[in-house]
Amino acid sequence: MHSRSLALLLLLVPALPASADWPNFRGPHGTGIAEDGATGPAALTEETLAWSSDLPGRGLSSPIVVGDRVFLTCSSGPLQDRLHLICFAAADGKKLWHREFWATGRTMTHEKTCVAAPTPASDGKRVFAIYSSNDVFCTDLEGNLLWTRGLTYDYPNASNSLGMASSPVVIDDTFVAQIENDSESFAVGLDVRTGANKWKIDRPKAANWTSPIVVGPAGQEIVALQSSKGILGVVASTGSEVWNYTEGAATMASSAAFGDIIYAPSNGLTAFKATANGAAVEQLWRQSEQRPGTGSPLVSGNKGYVINGAGVLNAISLKDGERLWRIRLKGPFSSSPIATASHLYVFSEPGIGQCVDLTGAEGVVTSEVDLKETILGTPSLSGNAVYVRSDKHLWRFGK
Amino acid sequence: MMPRRVFLPAILILTSVCLSLSALRAAPDGFDQALTTLLAVGPEAKGNAEASSAWKVVASADSESLIPLLEAMGEANPLALNWIRSALETIVDRDLAAGKSPSVDTLGGFLFEVTQNPRARRFAFELIQRSAPNAAEKLIPGLLNDPAVELRRDAVAWLTKQAAEAKTAGDEAAAGLLYEQAIRSARDVDQIKELNATLTKMGRTVDLPRHFGFLMEWKALAPFDNTGRAGFDTVNPPETGIQLDAKYPGKNGEIGWQDLVSSDPYGMVDFNKLFPDLIKEVTGYAYTEFDSAETRPAELRLGCKNAWKIWVNGKLIFGRDEYHRGARVDQYRMPIDLQKGKNTILVKLCQNEQKETWTVEWQFQLRVCDSTGTAILARNRPPTPPLGAVAKK
Repeated sequence: MHSRSLALLLLLVPALPASADWPNFRGPHGTGIAEDGATGPAALTEETLAWSSDLPGRGLSSPIVVGDRVFLTCSSGPLQDRLHLICFAAADGKKLWHREFWATGRTMTHEKTCVAAPTPASDGKRVFAIYSSNDVFCTDLEGNLLWTRGLTYDYPNASNSLGMASSPVVIDDTFVAQIENDSESFAVGLDVRTGANKWKIDRPKAANWTSPIVVGPAGQEIVALQSSKGILGVVASTGSEVWNYTEGAATMASSAAFGDIIYAPSNGLTAFKATANGAAVEQLWRQSEQRPGTGSPLVSGNKGYVINGAGVLNAISLKDGERLWRIRLKGPFSSSPIATASHLYVFSEPGIGQCVDLTGAEGVVTSEVDLKETILGTPSLSGNAVYVRSDKHLWRFGK
Repeated sequence: MMPRRVFLPAILILTSVCLSLSALRAAPDGFDQALTTLLAVGPEAKGNAEASSAWKVVASADSESLIPLLEAMGEANPLALNWIRSALETIVDRDLAAGKSPSVDTLGGFLFEVTQNPRARRFAFELIQRSAPNAAEKLIPGLLNDPAVELRRDAVAWLTKQAAEAKTAGDEAAAGLLYEQAIRSARDVDQIKELNATLTKMGRTVDLPRHFGFLMEWKALAPFDNTGRAGFDTVNPPETGIQLDAKYPGKNGEIGWQDLVSSDPYGMVDFNKLFPDLIKEVTGYAYTEFDSAETRPAELRLGCKNAWKIWVNGKLIFGRDEYHRGARVDQYRMPIDLQKGKNTILVKLCQNEQKETWTVEWQFQLRVCDSTGTAILARNRPPTPPLGAVAKK
């Protein structure tokens, strides 16, 4: 496959910010795959470490990259109620600005996670930071505040005592977030200019940490909202239902989409086709043995990659879900892998970064780096750089 | 209430002359109107569009507008607080980048005004830390009984360090007294737990339920049905009136009110003490009366991993239908109005159908305090039950 076929297939996915950007959780297409031009670092080693920066608080959120800037969230304080949004220079890690806010929603989480769990998102002009407290802050790229929302302040039973973690997406002028929990459970589309509700729909009353993904070509984007009940496709601008896959899905690992095909952590791994015209979903295949762990599946052209709960990386054919090869990695993993056309990068909970060469008949771990800190957040990728964070540091690999 | 005299040493340290705050005001055109616009933001993006423009005006002010902005936080709702904070940060960052530090004396003057918004005062303190860290360090001991919990926390940590140093030096008596002084001032649960553990090792006893204001003695009525989690919305007799000598048809037969006493240091009231078979899909009620010395605002603070509702003086305060996602002290904070004399408190507690070992708990911990977390003790508060006290049938 690789770069040529990937480039062709990328024509099918929505138009999003500049190609080097990594504007939201798992990248521009929510697949974990970088744009075609991205090379990533050749290796994860101390030699390819470009810089590291200290952080003022905890976090599981991913860095996002817009132009020459990296944006990251943290939370701090004895009650984790101080919320940080920080902008770094991608070139040298210098802190360009730092905004801090007070949580207006509840901040209790399980001790393993924290309030800065969801990854922020950007439309290339604005940054949207959301936290487990369901506070949303929108700034421009210079850190000037544009609007705020307190979604638990507004809807007082919208919270999860274990913590929220779903990361939002932005489609044109709509910011979409899943605020799903056992009590006041909903998804919402906010106007990116003011933060006002464009739509708000009830969702299953059940804890859910998965993130929405965008499906379909530019101008016909559908947002897929995953939950334990299945996956609901809605029009991004209105929240109107387009299709509904009702066979259940994971509540931690999120789906990935390529073109109009969704690869869902559902009864193992299920591929189904869903279109914007309201047609019923069409199941293409199901592989019950391919069960993503906490991390989400990664899809690229005609191959997919799944890390299961045992820390085994499985490469599968996206044609039928059959396994192509598998290798055991050094786990355990809480985060999702990311990849270019040639390399896959993943970081284990104990802080071992592993770079897998995908160009051969089988994947090979070609380099490792021990960051000696707990890593729970998914890395990000832009150009030749991989960014990853712990509770204390943000690192850039790739000089 | 915070005695203002504790700030005297800090005032002497800074030898500040508190300038007339209004005289400091030098702001761009439209500043007052813009600030009013920020203060008007509300739920569901109310006022956001206007605030976005107004924020630019406010954030363009110079450092002489810091105090008016900090003062304005006293009138701000939680959403407006963040708008104002963000403008303040922008002003300060711009000035610091230009080599211009805010006036420590002026910030100190604001810090000493204990009636100002606690978060605004903490913000002022952190600006002092950035500009004059040595002065900030010297201020900390004077904040031991500050009404702003985030300021008090630093002072408790400082005093705890003094105690530890005394202990290391072999002065157990001084260490014990200092640790006790620290825990009396502590309001953050993590600090209280740490200090209690240290004092316990030293053979000293802390009445934690009294320190927190946990309500320990209740009347309990259970079980009603909660099959299919329907009990959360079912209106059972206690929700329409309390009659402690009445009998009712329960899930498994006739039921009546029973004593339920907690002896837990953190006030956990455990329905399973009445039902050792760990029954599931049930609803229970706990009732107590709180004799308040005065009519006053207060907070109920609850920790609970079952679905629950709470009524005070017959008025529903809040309810939440989440099961077994975790609990902690002060998980939920609810403002209430205590009336002088008798106040009734009714808790509804629902247990669901889950069978996992981590879903057997059917319990809650509830305390009455002020907005700083300082316990408000009822006039009819009985002595704290000894450890090991059990529920009485």
